[in-house]
Amino acid sequence: MVRMSLDELYKEVILDHYRTPRNRGRLDPHDVKLERNNPLCGDELELYLKFDGEDLVGVAFEGKGCSISMASASMMTEKVKGLDVKQARAMAESIKRMMAGEEPGDINELGDLVSLKGVVKYPVRIKCALLGWNTLLEGLDEVP
Amino acid sequence: MSLDPEVVRKDFPIFETRMRGKRLVYLDSANTSQKPRQVIERIVEFYEHENANIHRAVYELAERSTAAYEGARAKCAHFIAAPSPRSIVFTRGTTESINLVRYSWARANVREGDEVLVTEMEHHSNLVPWQLLTQESGATLRHLPVTDDGMLRMDLLGDYITDKTKLVCVGLMSNVLGTINPVRQLADAIHAMGGLILVDAAQAAPHMPVDVSELDADFLAFSSHKMCGPTGAGVLYGRERLLEEMPPFHGGGEMIREVFADHSTWNEIPHKFEAGTMNIAQAVGLGAAVDYLHSLGMDSVRAHEMELTAYALERLNAVGAEVHGPSDVDQRGGAISFNVADVHPHDLATIVDQEGVCIRAGHHCAQPLMRRLGVPATARASLYIYNTREDVDVLMGALEQAKGWFA
Repeated sequence: MVRMSLDELYKEVILDHYRTPRNRGRLDPHDVKLERNNPLCGDELELYLKFDGEDLVGVAFEGKGCSISMASASMMTEKVKGLDVKQARAMAESIKRMMAGEEPGDINELGDLVSLKGVVKYPVRIKCALLGWNTLLEGLDEVP
Repeated sequence: MSLDPEVVRKDFPIFETRMRGKRLVYLDSANTSQKPRQVIERIVEFYEHENANIHRAVYELAERSTAAYEGARAKCAHFIAAPSPRSIVFTRGTTESINLVRYSWARANVREGDEVLVTEMEHHSNLVPWQLLTQESGATLRHLPVTDDGMLRMDLLGDYITDKTKLVCVGLMSNVLGTINPVRQLADAIHAMGGLILVDAAQAAPHMPVDVSELDADFLAFSSHKMCGPTGAGVLYGRERLLEEMPPFHGGGEMIREVFADHSTWNEIPHKFEAGTMNIAQAVGLGAAVDYLHSLGMDSVRAHEMELTAYALERLNAVGAEVHGPSDVDQRGGAISFNVADVHPHDLATIVDQEGVCIRAGHHCAQPLMRRLGVPATARASLYIYNTREDVDVLMGALEQAKGWFA
């Protein structure tokens, strides 16, 4: 059996985002507000997006959930703010590939997000890590 | 006779399995229980020496399988003090038992303008079928509220049980709060109005003596897999008079008496409700589980769990965990839901797992109750016959570690 260490899951950067979430709170005005949850576990997320043309100029979230879901959402908001819709979508797809155990693509692009890779070894937690990203993908489809 | 969990543990082969090199501390029996050797061996014996289809053949082997299956039915009847095995219908489990009542009894008896009463603490399996029924019939679904400490608001019964109420659906023991509900009082109230009561005993039957006459239950459902038996088997108890009147549930083989090209007549109860080839070995395994629990004595099972629950509650309170549900062990069973400040239940479950501890985290199939409690999720440790104080101590040590991660 593969021995798993909690250090791989609860990396310092994840704990930091959990303790001190970035871009947390309502975003007003916003163009898109989506509420999604993880029905099995009860993680809840509200995502706010503000666009300027094709550019994502504002991202914020509210929610209740485990460290992985909240830290992942917090890191996501930092990472995708300022990207255009296509770039943000590409980043979300890379994270999803990484969580599926595939090569995510350009690691340098992902930066801190690589810390989420430890979640892959805890399959039931993958949907926690992806809650924010899946919500983002839905939100990007609603670009006004 | 008191129960020694260290002796009981030796009956359960799974406890020889190490988790990450550590003692398996299984605290998720409200989800599904572990199985004793006596049950596992009975199922093997059935397949090796008795296996044939039941009620269909004249040869000796089929006589043996039928005797084993019907013997299990008689054991289940005895287990809940039912007047006759004829009142025991085998199903796949509690969910199917409840849905049988929905399709067979309720569709014929609940109409527009009628009411069905559930409680705020019901498991989804005793809520969703009634949402579907009331939506399709035009009846109204009402929810008896719970107090902040997880008890039913019995003071509101007069408002919630009226001459419009056709059916009350209530869990005998909550899978989240552990609360043992005053089912007899509810039964008396609904019977006075001419309605019926369905008791979800999935959580109670494994842990305390259950007597359908004392409860005055019209229907009562429970599952094999939570009470030391295999998955795939469960029971619906129904009053014989009701079962006689009810139309069949599934149509197919075995449930019929005579089949013509365009219509059929029905087999006698309970066979009328057992269409197709049933989960025979699983029912036999359930019978062995009943024997096993009888050998321990349900009073002893309950006494052991009360003592261990009191210990676990004391330890959890001492570390400042927020425990949901009644604090008096006379009023509750050993399913203990709690929250630890700053540690989300998922993180808690993942971290204690490193110490070989199995607890559940989430909404426990009771989302409306989670909203009522104002928490998105809880952690739940649930105790059974094979759990010891050492198990609780290991959990507490692991909780301290979890707090360390997020401090």
